[in-house]
Amino acid sequence: MFRRLETTGGDHVEFEFDGRRIVARRGDSVAAALLAAGIKSFRTTQKSGAARGPFCMMGACFDCLVEIDGETVQACAVPVSQDLLVGRCKQVSLSPRDEQ
Amino acid sequence: MVDIVIIGAGPAGMAAAIQADECGASVMLLDEQQEQGGQIYRNVLNADTARLAVMGDDYAAGQSLASALDRPGVLRELSATVWRVDPDGTVTYSVKGVARQVIGRQIIVATGALERPVPLPGWTLPDVLTAGAAQILMKSNGLVADNAVLVGCGPLLYLLAAQMCLAGAAPKALVETQTRGDTWRSLKYGMGALRGWRTLSKGLGLIAAVRRAGVPRYKAATDVRITGTDSAEAVMFSCGGTAREIACDNVFLHQGVVPNTQISRSLGLEHRWNHRQRCFEPVVDVMGATRLERIHIAGDGAAINGAKAAELQGRVTACDVLVKLGRIDPARRHNLVRPLMRALAGQMAVRPFLDALYPPSAEILRPADDTPVCRCEEVTAGDIRNYARIGCVGPNQTKAFGRSGMGPCQGRYCGLTVTEILAKENDMSLQKIGSYRVRAPLKPVTLGELASLAETNGTPTVEEDHSHD
Ligand code: FES
Repeated sequence: MFRRLETTGGDHVEFEFDGRRIVARRGDSVAAALLAAGIKSFRTTQKSGAARGPFCMMGACFDCLVEIDGETVQACAVPVSQDLLVGRCKQVSLSPRDEQ
Repeated sequence: MVDIVIIGAGPAGMAAAIQADECGASVMLLDEQQEQGGQIYRNVLNADTARLAVMGDDYAAGQSLASALDRPGVLRELSATVWRVDPDGTVTYSVKGVARQVIGRQIIVATGALERPVPLPGWTLPDVLTAGAAQILMKSNGLVADNAVLVGCGPLLYLLAAQMCLAGAAPKALVETQTRGDTWRSLKYGMGALRGWRTLSKGLGLIAAVRRAGVPRYKAATDVRITGTDSAEAVMFSCGGTAREIACDNVFLHQGVVPNTQISRSLGLEHRWNHRQRCFEPVVDVMGATRLERIHIAGDGAAINGAKAAELQGRVTACDVLVKLGRIDPARRHNLVRPLMRALAGQMAVRPFLDALYPPSAEILRPADDTPVCRCEEVTAGDIRNYARIGCVGPNQTKAFGRSGMGPCQGRYCGLTVTEILAKENDMSLQKIGSYRVRAPLKPVTLGELASLAETNGTPTVEEDHSHD
């Protein structure tokens, strides 16, 4: 479980994840804000249904995928903004080109 | 068009930009983050004194470099994801869902390192993150984890442990994989290591700080696995013949870092297996030049030598590029580069020793059959071995057998493991086995982004790439 080093200070921003109100700090990525709120699992995998959360926090692993505005995005690469609506992705619709 | 497009605003990219600007070249510096610094100096410009005190001097040192970028000649394009680089100098990227292109007379790729994949049982569970991720959360968000276990080996593991102790969130334990044999093997590099004494003594200081905080260290741990149903609950391992289990809320993994070769691969450049560091490196000369006239590579993306070396290498590479642009002559380059090279040699002296002391553990190089290797497509080590048995000899072929490396991460966190397993199963060299082919788009791109690119400059975008093997 993550906690803030500084318990005061910072501008607060509120957004929504999966219907739940989350209070974050301005400058947080969606992934960091969710971890700070105690949310570990962001989605389940398509193949086995296993729970997944952020792994790299630097945009490389794609484990932190969430849905914003109908698009699948990396939660660690999107900053929070007031009233942002974030959902769990029903289906990961991100795949670079298939090749043989 | 600008003189130099630099991809990545970490130590190498920032130093290259400053050097280039000092010699009058126009620069565009692209980075995925909202601010310059790279992962090592992430958020350093916003860090207050309390944060700096926790993260340490090496982090704080990034402030002067990052603030020195503030100069009119360096155009910064931040929150920019580069998803295509062409040999002619065209760089295609997206900012907040809008795609753009810039053409550089010269390109410097400074995309740094990625954590080496750490395929252990349970490494895909939520609450298991890389050590680098734990540091990013501290640097960017002031977030620390109580009740975490650190697993793996290498200097970064001690640095993270020491930072957590200073932050009042000492880890529950360090489960270290390096063996006594590794210590012996490292001693033959002792002389070189002594030349890098500053680095070494800093490392010893970190270990002492962790010990003072009373954090238990388990060395030469084997059979390491992470258990839990929907998130990490415990780390199990054996140490000195005793089976142990440590309950925890988070696990931070680290087995060293490796060059991020996505762009160099996509350009079809040759890569060479580095046996000491067990990773592929793009083939470059001492200046970072590649066989492509317009492409240079600097910093950890060319070879892992750490932040200080990357900064020096960034300047060296910029000097070479400046000659190509006609901004300086070779004599000036010689004068500029000579002291940089001397400092670089000092930085690199300690590497062979560190590489031998903290090699990736045998278990992650040859994971058990049921361990997931490809996180995206959930392909296990056993699956890869089966493909080998039925005739699969190359990483690209595994994609056809079972989609490994075809998920959105494009093999970033399975490529090296797949290469290791296939080499072993086929009894072939790692160089021969090679790695995944990488193609643009380097990150998934939406149709909207493609359309926006067509609108802004009317050029065709993601046609088939013919530049590689
Ligand atoms: S946590 Fe790895 S891409 Fe977001």
